Amino acid sequence: MSRTLYDLIGLAAGVAFILALKGLSHPKTARRGNLIGAFGATLATLVVFFYAAPNSTLPLNNLGWILGAIAVGLAVGVPAARKVQMTQMPQLVALFNGVGGGAAALVAIVEYLNLGNNAGTAKVIFTVFTVIVGCVSFSGSIITFMKLQELMTTRPVIFPAGRFIIAATLVSVIGVGGWVVSAKGTTPLLVLAGLSLLFGVLFVLPVGGADVPIVISLLNAFTGLTVAASGYVLDSVLLIIAGTLVGASGTILTRLMAEAMGRSLFGTLFGAFTAKPQAASDSAEERPVRSGSPDDVAILLNYARRVVIVPGFGLAVAQAQHTVRELADLMIAKGIDVAYGIHPVAGRMPGHMNVLLAEANVPYDQLEEMDEINPTFSQTDVAIVIGANDVVNPAAENTPGCPIYGMPILQVSNAANVIFLKRSMRPGFAGIENELLYDPKTMLLFGDAKASLTKVVSALKAL
Amino acid sequence: MEPIAILSIFVLAVFVGFEVVSKVSSTLHTPLMSGANAIHGVILVGAIIVADHSKTNLELGLAVAAIILATINMVGGFVVTDRMLEMFKGKKK
Repeated sequence: MSRTLYDLIGLAAGVAFILALKGLSHPKTARRGNLIGAFGATLATLVVFFYAAPNSTLPLNNLGWILGAIAVGLAVGVPAARKVQMTQMPQLVALFNGVGGGAAALVAIVEYLNLGNNAGTAKVIFTVFTVIVGCVSFSGSIITFMKLQELMTTRPVIFPAGRFIIAATLVSVIGVGGWVVSAKGTTPLLVLAGLSLLFGVLFVLPVGGADVPIVISLLNAFTGLTVAASGYVLDSVLLIIAGTLVGASGTILTRLMAEAMGRSLFGTLFGAFTAKPQAASDSAEERPVRSGSPDDVAILLNYARRVVIVPGFGLAVAQAQHTVRELADLMIAKGIDVAYGIHPVAGRMPGHMNVLLAEANVPYDQLEEMDEINPTFSQTDVAIVIGANDVVNPAAENTPGCPIYGMPILQVSNAANVIFLKRSMRPGFAGIENELLYDPKTMLLFGDAKASLTKVVSALKAL
Repeated sequence: MEPIAILSIFVLAVFVGFEVVSKVSSTLHTPLMSGANAIHGVILVGAIIVADHSKTNLELGLAVAAIILATINMVGGFVVTDRMLEMFKGKKK
């Protein structure tokens, strides 16, 4: 295959990626967009096997190793993507992003070893960039994965003199990068990779649970840029285009997400440095709360005219999406006006809750976004908060200095009655006490969301 | 390749990237992130190229690791995005 044909096919793949991103931006074309992207990526991969680089011949050297490695990747990636529970999907995306960053860093390292002393300075600079950002993306994504999987604390991890340690690590990363460019040795490059991995860990540790999605999106954009840089090193236009597209769109997406959560990007990434450890909620457990029975809840619902359901991650964990739909259908049959109030970051990522409810066939038109639903809470008789906490926490509006301060919330406190379905008094993902739980108009129904909802449904049917 | 040509490609791709996602609703943030994530899995192409011209066992070993990771990123990314979007389709019949 001639170089021209090879490049033309690469260009076609690049166009496919643009169409993919464009398609993914609209609900109607999203799925097709994703398939176009997959087609482009497959095409780009296949064509490599039919093009002999200038000093090489076909078939590719090490072909057995290459095909074997692809088979291993398929055997790991496909079942993981197929079998993952939708509730755990955000951490899987984080993990996929991390391994992509790691792959880009490895590619740059191999090319560097291969070129040896023949590498031009420009290529070495791009190699250094790829290794730094790829390693940061890899180790940072692993930490976000562990936070989302709750393998470690979801609270910001702040250690004494943390910001000095992080700053010192960053300075040494840059210093060693300069050393690689001037000395061109293998050892400096490995030191650089190690320090960058460390920096990725330190960079993500102080980020609080609720801000993790923003960091994933940012690391995703980072990985895109490393792919673009490795495209320069390997003289591949396709990698430059694909990587840059992801880097640019990922940056915009990160900003949009931060806006939806009412966070400044800067505050998210560096806020933890200035945050004080939260005062332990002293007598929280002993403060009185009003807890009710499923019958109490059913009676309250039976005489309501308008009910707003606020689903959170707890709903998904309990797999109660179908039961909540059953409850909603029952109320609608009784002539009650029902809507779902969806916070942009309900679940673990923007749009995650929409995916989870769609899985349970909740009709599209009942799902209302935050800006639509908030003005209606004052005319709402009952707001049912199921397994959500941070997204309805008034502390975001009235407690400056708390980690979620400034995040727009669903103002359920304006409803006449608030019902919380909770497993326990444990605070939400961000680890902050919720004053609304102690409000006199709040009733708590403790227990597994699915079991509680089932009881409410049968109590409501009996009325 | 000419540095100026590469710079042109880079700058134009930045603008295209900004433009195509500038008006996306928060509902689609997660699938879009996931899809973009899958797209950077084309680093697989780079991993195959370096595996082809690896000269030592160390280089080949690292390249094979890169291929495995990149394949997971690319294929897993597209499959999981498709699963997410499949559910969106169900609700607007």
